[in-house]
Amino acid sequence: MDNELTALGIIFTEFYYWLTVVLMFLIHIGFCMYEVGASRHKNHMHTLMKNTMLIPLVTITFFFFGWWIYFAFPNGPGITGGVETALWAEPWSELMGPHMGGAPVSEALTADDTAGWARINGVFWAAFLLFSWTAASIVSGSVIERIKSTGFWILAVGIGSVWWIIDAAWGWHSAGWMVQKLGYHDAYASGVIHAIAGGYALGILFILGPRIGKFAPDGTPRNIGPRNPWLVTIGLFLIYTGFWGFYVACNVPMWDIQAGDGVFFSATNIYLAPTTLSAITVNFLMSLSGGLLMGYIVSKGDAFWTYSSGLAGIIAASAGNDLYHPIQAMFIAALGVIFMYKLHYWVERKFKIDDAVGAVAVHGYAGCFGVFIAGIFLWGYPSSPDASFAVITPWGQFIGAVIMFWVLGFIPGWVTAKILNGFGMLRIPREVELAGLDVGANAERYAEEQGIINAERAAIGGAAGSD
Amino acid sequence: MSTGNFENWAGTITDIGPMYPFVGTEMLWFIAGLAFWIWWHVVQTKRENKTYAEEVKRFGDAESLKKIIAGESAENP
Repeated sequence: MDNELTALGIIFTEFYYWLTVVLMFLIHIGFCMYEVGASRHKNHMHTLMKNTMLIPLVTITFFFFGWWIYFAFPNGPGITGGVETALWAEPWSELMGPHMGGAPVSEALTADDTAGWARINGVFWAAFLLFSWTAASIVSGSVIERIKSTGFWILAVGIGSVWWIIDAAWGWHSAGWMVQKLGYHDAYASGVIHAIAGGYALGILFILGPRIGKFAPDGTPRNIGPRNPWLVTIGLFLIYTGFWGFYVACNVPMWDIQAGDGVFFSATNIYLAPTTLSAITVNFLMSLSGGLLMGYIVSKGDAFWTYSSGLAGIIAASAGNDLYHPIQAMFIAALGVIFMYKLHYWVERKFKIDDAVGAVAVHGYAGCFGVFIAGIFLWGYPSSPDASFAVITPWGQFIGAVIMFWVLGFIPGWVTAKILNGFGMLRIPREVELAGLDVGANAERYAEEQGIINAERAAIGGAAGSD
Repeated sequence: MSTGNFENWAGTITDIGPMYPFVGTEMLWFIAGLAFWIWWHVVQTKRENKTYAEEVKRFGDAESLKKIIAGESAENP
């Protein structure tokens, strides 16, 4: 920071990630609106609070251990090495607090550690944290109207501060073992956020069961459609908007990508391989469009599924959106939407799974599709600037998708839900579910309001009513 | 006297490391933070269980449920 050019680079990077955090906040606002709009009136407040309170819980736990996991676990540990040292990410590190980048107090840190991390650690942590919220919020939508907050919030900490960040260390870190050995490529998180969250949600849904009335006695699924389509609409538009921040946060804004002699600064993806903001901007819009167009066709113009398909389209193309041609991105998105839409209804009928907002489909199935299809389109591409790493292949991507959806998603979700269920911490009592999750609060509010009405009637000399 | 590592902004800025007060007590704050997190879950769990137990008692009989469900309409349940 002792000359203007260095300072400009560092402060620009700091500002860049800060801006992504603000934009990504809109994703959470969108998810809250979307979920509340999709729930029935008798469950609105419970639905809202369930999603809102994952914010502080995932935030503090991501500070306590999530951030450290990302830097400590790129080797597995036990696959390509042991636990890595990550002093700047330990929750008791001086670099987790305000720091001017000068001489470290701790003897374990070096002057290089403080110079680099003092400025970037906080905003980089926050950008990853917003991904954590997204992962937990994806799960939140699928389980509405019958899950206990107690159980959900423990599950949210699991996906937000443990499982997704392990997969990020493995497959979304420039030295992650999946990148090294499988050539795993997932630039904008088709797998590392969406497939894992979808798999986790599906694991929970198997234990949680459907909402009362979702399936007729003969097993036919009934549609419990969105109760406030306008709230759902605005929610999904806000998720699209926040997704811009999500995409930009997946990049490193400025990095010397020239191998050997010479210098060439460019934006890179998370693997420090070259891309441009222009590339991802065009591909984002083209994949959104491919998703919307195909969603409209397959759902026969259903608004809920058309909007969701826009999101699914982006997710289906995200793994390779740093490199695809925009028209390729559009077609990949369209194909991903057909895949996730058909699979959603097949799973619903076959396994009696009540995925209330289609989150498993939009995020999980489209995310898996996106990871795999990148292996075909980008077959033979380098996965990293490090030439010793495996190249991108369909089988490397297929194994990657299985790890994301099943190994780190479905299995932990299923096991945790099973344990919570065993302790009676998962499912709302049947009577409360029937009456509505807000029934107690509504009754108290009604009594309070009735008290005010009675007092006003008494004041004007009328008789107190009981209506 | 200062609770931080410095008493003014004069001098070489890079000599200033951590800027928060009570440098050296980070581990204690971390342990307190973990305890706060666990405490919150314990309190919340007890409260939610109690609330549902009361609601089942209050609204769970067939007559009350029938009344509540009868008040719902197809468009506005």
